[in-house]
Amino acid sequence: MIIPQHLGPIDMVAVIPYIAIICVLAFVLLLVPGLVWIERVVMALMQDRLGPNRVGPRGLLQSIADGVKLFFKEDILPANVDKMVYYLAPILVIVPALAAGAAIPFSIVKIRLDSGAVEPIPMVVGNVNVGILFILALTSLQVYGIVLAGWASNNKYSLIGGLRSSAQVISYELAMSLAILCGVFICHSLNLVDIVNHQGGYWFGFIPKWNVFQFYGLGAVATIIYLIAMTAETNRAPFDLPEAESELVAGFHTEYSSMKFAIFFMGEYASMLVVSGIATALWFGGWQPLFPFLAFIPGWIWFIGKLMTFIMIYIWVRTTLPRLRYDALMSLGWKKLLPIALVVLFLVALVDTLQTPSQPVGSHIAQGHLAASMVIGESQR
Amino acid sequence: MGRGLAILNWSLIGFWIMAIISVCSAVLMIANKNPVRSALFLVLGFMMQALLYLSMSAQFIAAVQIIVYAGAIMVLFLFVIMLLNIGSPEALKERGGLQAPAAVVLAIVFLLLLAGVGALGGSQINHLMNPSVIPNYGTVDAIGKTIFDPSKPWLFPFEATSILLLIGVVGAITLAKRRL
Repeated sequence: MIIPQHLGPIDMVAVIPYIAIICVLAFVLLLVPGLVWIERVVMALMQDRLGPNRVGPRGLLQSIADGVKLFFKEDILPANVDKMVYYLAPILVIVPALAAGAAIPFSIVKIRLDSGAVEPIPMVVGNVNVGILFILALTSLQVYGIVLAGWASNNKYSLIGGLRSSAQVISYELAMSLAILCGVFICHSLNLVDIVNHQGGYWFGFIPKWNVFQFYGLGAVATIIYLIAMTAETNRAPFDLPEAESELVAGFHTEYSSMKFAIFFMGEYASMLVVSGIATALWFGGWQPLFPFLAFIPGWIWFIGKLMTFIMIYIWVRTTLPRLRYDALMSLGWKKLLPIALVVLFLVALVDTLQTPSQPVGSHIAQGHLAASMVIGESQR
Repeated sequence: MGRGLAILNWSLIGFWIMAIISVCSAVLMIANKNPVRSALFLVLGFMMQALLYLSMSAQFIAAVQIIVYAGAIMVLFLFVIMLLNIGSPEALKERGGLQAPAAVVLAIVFLLLLAGVGALGGSQINHLMNPSVIPNYGTVDAIGKTIFDPSKPWLFPFEATSILLLIGVVGAITLAKRRL
């Protein structure tokens, strides 16, 4: 479908970022109740239980009922808490997650410009030159919310949950950054729109040129590292140590009730959606169709379909794997994922250098150097 | 529009908002008695600096500022504050001494220096702040090409800094783990 640039008095090219803002916010905020329902139903199926079936047809309204219940619950403020930090923590969990969605391109629209040329315009809130770094920056801020919630609650279990979480997130951030760097090397760009555009096309007419299939299997290894690290980053099972109920009551949000608890809940699901969106855009071709003959399906359906696949993987992993012990979690992050990611990064850089025709000052090589030294700088905290 | 109004454009208004928040957060960071709140105000200051970089179209530096300072270093600071449990204000009572007068003297010297730079080099600074001077100014592409250009003198300092960071990593590991 080709849209003309001027629909009446509206300039479509200028309006697209605003449409994208509404789409991202509506998608994330409205889908959260749906995700909770999907998770409960799928978990029930996998564990041979009934799942929600009381409120509405097939329990569809269960999440909405829960939301209303949370909204009307008493908001309890524990004694001797640091009020400013206590109220700030839930905000700090959800805002970075929503803001990170701004750099993820989720579709492409063809617009016929006034000059007559047809231009493909990506649907993204901000087409940032350093898009992937922007997202890394915002996801790295998310740990504040959890740590501060744990500290401000004035509760031992919350504090331990917050400390566990921060240790876990900064440990897995390294492996995640290195895996993302592999993708940056493959595409020679930090801009997510460029990264997705780079993944268009097919080998032999049917194997999509997604990053996951690139570089003789190295892309797949980097993808697996990213997927493990993203599960740990979002504190989901089997890495949900910060809220391990058998050890810590409910972890960092033990003392939060009513809407503040709901905001933590939403923040977790929003960050799940965002990291799945990054996985989709970075490794699985974003809006690019799986096979050439399926190109008639609009890009945003492809994007949402891939994203929901990752959500299903999240749920699947949650129902399948038991929670890791804490030392096992740390040794997996530092002793296995990080060295493997470093080796993969080295091999990807090697293959990239061999594939690229030599040039005096290669921009992408310089880019890689710069990004690599940045990660080294980060790792020396 | 008169000459007085011409300089009052949106970017300048944005600059002043960010500058005021930035300075206020810096002051509150020092003035606050609670270490966790101090750390949070420092984070706010870092964020405002990142926004200031962004307003000068230095996207890469802005992102790195948040990742390295706000996302990494300050999380570690908070971690230490919480682990040592110095979250209570009483733990940080400072004795008097030379610190306060020395700080006042240094602040005056710093302000004089700033004023001097503003008086002498105003025109050059205006020139530098115009982002349209270099194409792709502030993007990763432009920074990478500038740093790794053999005709420019930046490559050696850059690599030397990398080695310094590496030494820091090795040193930290050696100190933390005596028996490897």
